[in-house]
Parts: sequence; structure tokens; C-alpha cells
Amino acid sequence: MSAIEKFEEILENRHQYAKDWKQRTGGKVTGWLCTYVPVELLYAAGMLPVRILGTHEVQDVTDRYLFPTVCPFSRDALAQGLKGRYDYLDGLTMSRTCSHVQGTFDNWRNYVPIPFSHYIWLPCHRESPRAVPCLRGELLDLKQAIEKFTGVTVSDEDLDKAIELYNTNRRLMRQVYEFRKSDDLPITGAEAMEMVVASQLMDVVEHNKLLEDLLAELPNRKLDREAGLRLMMIGSEMDDIVFVRMLEELGCTVVIDEHCTGSRYFWDDVIPEEDRLGAIARRYITRWPCPAVSSEFNDRGDRIMQHAKDWDTQGVLLYQQKFCDPHEFDIPSLAQNFKELDIPTLVLEFDVTIPFGQFRTRIEAFLEMAELEVF
Amino acid sequence: MTTNVKYKSKPLDCWQWGKELRLEAYQDLISGHEQGKLLVLGCAATPYGMLAGLGDFVFLAGEPYGASIAADPPFSIPCMEAYEAKGYSRDMCGYMRNFLGSMYLDKYYFTGGSFPKFDFAWSVRHCPAGHPKWHQLVSEYQGIPMNYIDDETMLSNEGDPQHRIDYVAGQYLDTIEWMEKVTGRTYDDEKAIEAMRNYFRNEALWGEICLLNGAVPAPLDIKSLFALMPISMLRRHEKIATQFLETLRDEVKDRIANQIAAVPTERYRMNMLTPPPWSFLKIFRYLENFGVVFVGTYVYLINSGEVKFLIDEGKVIPATVPEERPGWPEMKNREDMCRTIARWRAEHPFQSHLDTRKKEYVILFRHWNGDAYLLLLNRGCVPMTTSMYDFQRDLQSHGIAVAMFEGNFADCRDIDETGVLDRLEAFLEGQGIHELKEA
Repeated sequence: MSAIEKFEEILENRHQYAKDWKQRTGGKVTGWLCTYVPVELLYAAGMLPVRILGTHEVQDVTDRYLFPTVCPFSRDALAQGLKGRYDYLDGLTMSRTCSHVQGTFDNWRNYVPIPFSHYIWLPCHRESPRAVPCLRGELLDLKQAIEKFTGVTVSDEDLDKAIELYNTNRRLMRQVYEFRKSDDLPITGAEAMEMVVASQLMDVVEHNKLLEDLLAELPNRKLDREAGLRLMMIGSEMDDIVFVRMLEELGCTVVIDEHCTGSRYFWDDVIPEEDRLGAIARRYITRWPCPAVSSEFNDRGDRIMQHAKDWDTQGVLLYQQKFCDPHEFDIPSLAQNFKELDIPTLVLEFDVTIPFGQFRTRIEAFLEMAELEVF
Repeated sequence: MTTNVKYKSKPLDCWQWGKELRLEAYQDLISGHEQGKLLVLGCAATPYGMLAGLGDFVFLAGEPYGASIAADPPFSIPCMEAYEAKGYSRDMCGYMRNFLGSMYLDKYYFTGGSFPKFDFAWSVRHCPAGHPKWHQLVSEYQGIPMNYIDDETMLSNEGDPQHRIDYVAGQYLDTIEWMEKVTGRTYDDEKAIEAMRNYFRNEALWGEICLLNGAVPAPLDIKSLFALMPISMLRRHEKIATQFLETLRDEVKDRIANQIAAVPTERYRMNMLTPPPWSFLKIFRYLENFGVVFVGTYVYLINSGEVKFLIDEGKVIPATVPEERPGWPEMKNREDMCRTIARWRAEHPFQSHLDTRKKEYVILFRHWNGDAYLLLLNRGCVPMTTSMYDFQRDLQSHGIAVAMFEGNFADCRDIDETGVLDRLEAFLEGQGIHELKEA
């Protein structure tokens, strides 16, 4: 089985993977909401950090808990908890970012039995020099709470090892992304997304091993179709791989992305320092920003435009989870920036389930228009 | 509930003075620059008394401005459309869309003429859905500097909060240097401390006035509170506001002593948690026909006022100002002031954690002698609505009747007025409250 097939298999059996890991290692599994949770710290305490994701199934179990204008992802994630699909979790962690996922966390903590939960108060003024020391204080609280819950003391060596493993993971995924710069693409956008989503669910050691296998496979790998238009996907949380597969079947390939189940999650490393918690805090404050934690457009905007150029992007899909205010702020500015570069954009708004028939017409029209400009 | 008493009623003696003070604040935004005043934009919860260290200033709080526009649909709808024409979504903050639309149209609501050009934007980030992003858009559009304080500490009740207070205090201190840099002015610590003392005093006074509305009959109704609120919201740093609020407090006490009611037919008392739908304030007048008086709402009691909840005793009492609290140091310099503000913000009911807030809602309900809560599922504000079902469940578990309706607090296109009234009439019928025949 190839590495990519393995990623796909784990995604399809994500809960069984976590349960098996728990049985195999005797460790605890902690769910996390939002990529501002420092997975290094959870892993250093011997825990398996597992991102809580939705299923994109039609559901109505959250209507008693979350108002319909809470974003579909947050509602879908809570639905999984209410339905008991994460009943193997020992803990739940969340980092302060947006009100929507805050609702998921609060309701999960109140209405889904969970032995341990912890809230990280992420300082969101990332431009302030005060932010890193504050987050360091939060990480110290988290470390102490985990140690109390697990009975395990997290040593500097544990932190060093976890930092190194996750930095390796990030470096290897960036190497895979480098292959996507090629004219002769060896991997689709959906496959790359499977790789990143799997990294948010798997033991980092095992994921690193699969990444090494993948990097060995890629030089000899080719797509079984024309790549078509080189597309960039930009937006809020996005784990709907079925959508990306259908999108790519219409004659395009996603060559680069900017979302939190993609590059925004893994792009930046922890730069080692003597003060390990300080180093982790610095990484999360200075990392590629989510618009929910930044009131300064240019940092994110400049990084996005640079990626678009580096990956030779020919069209851009700007999408958002419905009602996601922070992204709704950035989309008009991003669309304008791409317009100035003559790169066409299409804006899509996602719900829990995506009626692909409606999207198909719009995407096909967009691709036809973009291809006229590009080819 | 079936006994119909008719109380005495009369307008507030200080009403006209209050209207003049409110209008002055909005007029100042037009003439402020000519008078050498700084024009600063922020959100209503910003401790803007600090700006006095730079000299005279006028502060425009975006929320009351957005709310005022929302109450006037012919002005509001073009603002909304101008905002949407820029590519922004119509599910974003309703206040913000009115405000930004007014800016894009270059139309100032209160006095006509052009929209004010601010010297800078400076605010607190108490709303993750938009406030700093709102000011970011103004900053980009007007080409003005922007800074903000991230102090939404209420979201956590875990661990040691000291590093959060250090973070918030440090940001305040840093912004003083930033403000000196962007204005070229030298910061006067004494003037800022004096203004912040007024600010704290006026917050406490406004909170005290709101608590007085626990009397039966209620001396004020929610409409009057909303009309007077801009004084405590926009002029909190001024001595004139203290004079007005003390006068208002004394008059309210006099009304209580003399059983002077805001609604003479009062027989059913309702509370809110949120702002009202501003384009639909007639909801309150209409329900007076049923003998319903709305005595207050949590959010604007604590947004522009402060009270002290004694959770264990189940009581709420007027707040004291920080320097009169045991263990709080006197403010002697900017460092003291910034630390006091940070600590005051962290302990303010505005920052209460969700679990504490539920208890406060019940305490306030009992203090206000409420019969029911009216909850708004607000399509125009995510943070205000995210936990509303949780609040509903909790209030009901305490035996409190809850009516709920859905709509947008600041977009008149997004509320079904007839549907809401039908729903509320049905709720009141279920409570044994029918329209008064003489009404």
C-alpha cells in the first residue's frame, strides 16, 4: 500500500486508529479544536493529540445547543461529540480564537462527558511584544494541568523530543509541497490534503515515517490525468476531501492552499530556545496567522501572495465556512490583490453538506473563464 | 397578574438636559478638529479616559453610532447596501455594517455632512468576531493609525490569571508610547488619571441607576435607559457626566419614593440579556398595552456601567470605584493607572466567565423583580448569541419563564416584526397576560 493510500485509509478509520493507538500504547488521547493548540506539549506528555473534525453528514443534533449562524464546521464538530463518536477521548483542549468554535468547546464541556478539559487563553494581539510571555504563562498552566491529570512529569527532554518530531513533520510536509511547484505534478490537491489532515490525527512518529515513504515515491509518481488549471485554495477550516476530489475532476489541480487543514497548520517551525515553553509560545504567536487572531491584514496577505507566485497559481478559490466573520473580512481584500495580478478568483460559501451540483455549475464556469485567460 | 393598578407617571425632569448632553457629544465630532481636539474611534468598552493624557479629545464609540443608524431604516438601508457593495457579507456585525456604510457613503448621521476623519483608532478587542477587524477596515480606508488592546480575559477561568493581567497592563502601557508617536503629543499622566477616575465613577453611577430599577413600579423603562445610555457610554470621562448621572440617580430615587412609574399600567416585568432590535423599538411601546414593562438588559447595564455581583450571597449591589476597594493602590502614575485598568477590566462583570454569567443572570432577574426574560437570537452578533440556548436552559432550570425571538438587532431587513409580536403575544397569553382593555 502506498503512503497516500495509507493516509486515506487512516482518515476513513480515524476513530479506530485512535482507539488502537490507545490500546497499543496505554496512552491518553486528547481532542483539540483549532490549530493554535500546541500539539507538541500534548505529545510531550505522552498523549495522542487528535483534531476534532466533522463528517459533513446531514445532522440536526446541535440545533438545541448552537444557533444556526454558528459556522457549519463548529456545529459539525460538536455533533460528533454529541453523537458519541469521540467517546474514547480522555481530554479536550481548545485555544481561544473565534466565537464559533468557542461555542463548540463550551457545549462539549457542558454536555459531553469528558474526564479532562483545558482552555488556552491565546493572546490575540500577536503584534504586541507582550503576547509571547502571556502565552508562555498559558502553556505553563496547560503543562501543569496535564501533569496533574496524567501523573506524568513533562521534562525538558520530553519537550525537546516532541519539538523535534513536530518540526520534522512540518519540514517533511513542506518538502512534499515543494513537489507541487512542478509542471509535472506528482500529487493532487485532495491527496495532499489527506496527508495534512492525517497529520492532525496520527502519532507524529508514524506520520513522519509515512511522509518519508511518500517523499521516496513522489519522484516516480505521475497524475493519471492532465493537471489542468493550477488552483490555490484559500479560506477557513477545510477538511472536505470529497469536495476537493470532485473539484479536481472538473479539470484543475489544487497546487497550493492556505487554510488550517493545510499549509497554515504546519508552515512554521518551533525555533529551539533554552526556554522550551517560550519557544513554543513564540511559534504560535508568530506563525502564519488565522484572520481570527490578527487585525493586521498584510502579514497574512503578503504570505498568501508570495505562495501564489511561488506555486505559479493560475486561479484562486476563496472559500469560507458560512458565517465565518474573520475570513469574510479578508476575502474582499484578497480578491482585490489577485485582481491586480490578473489571477481570477471564485468565492464560495460552505455549509455542513455541500450540494455539489450547485457548485459544479459555478466552478465549471469559473474554470472555463480562467482557462480562456491562461491558456 | 390580573390586578390592574394604575400608577402615577411623568417624564423625567432631567430628560432635556440628557438629550442636550448626548447631542453635544455627537456634534463635537464635527467641530472637534477646529477646536484642537483629537478624534478617536473605538468600541464602547474601551477605557477611553486614558486619551485625556493627550489633551482634549472626542471619542466615537462605534456601537452606539451603529445602533442609532439602525433605529432609522431610511438611513440604515443605504448604509447596509454600500457596505455589501464592497464585497462584505451581510451576516457580519450589524452595528459595524451601519457604521462602515455611513463611512463609505461619507454621510454622518447626527448632524448631516461628511463622515468624520479620525486621528487614529484605538480600542479593546472584546469581540473576536469583528471589532478590531472593523477598526482595521476604517484604518485602511481613512489611512489612519490603529492599535488595540486584547483583553477578553473572561473566556478563561483556568490557571493563574496573573500573566493575563500583565499582558493587558503591558499593552495599555505600550499604547501610551504609541499614541505619543502617532499624535506627536506628550502624554500627561495626571490628566489621564483624573479622566479615568471620572470614568470609573460614572460607570458605577450608571450601574447604580440601573439597579434602582428593581423597584416596583419601575421608575424607568428600557427605552429611557437606552436613550440616556450614550451619556454614560460616550462621556464617561467627563465631570459633566458625573453631575448629570448624580442628578438622574437622585431623581430616580425620588420617583421610587413617590411610586412614579415609567409605565403606569405595569403588571408584568421583563428583562433582556442583549440589546434590542433597534429598528423595532416599538415592540416595547406595543407591549405596554399588555401592562408589560421592560426594566433592563444585562449587556448595557455592564457595558456602560458597573455593578458588583455577590455570587455566593445571591445579591447584586452598586460597584465602588477601584481606588476605594480594599487592597487597590492609589493611581499615582501611568504604570499604576494601566495596572488598575487591567485588573479592573479582569474583575468587571463584563468579563465574567460563561459559568459565572449564568448565575449573574439569575441574580439580576431576582433583583429586578422580573417575571420573565426575553432573549434575542441575534443574527447580527455571533458572540452575543453563541451561548443563548445554554442560557435559556439554565434560566428555565431556575423556574424563570423565557420568551425567545430571532432577528437582527441592527438590520431592519432581517427581522419579522409581525412574527415577533405574534410570538410574544402568545407567550404573554400563556402567562395569563392579555391586552388591557383601556389601552
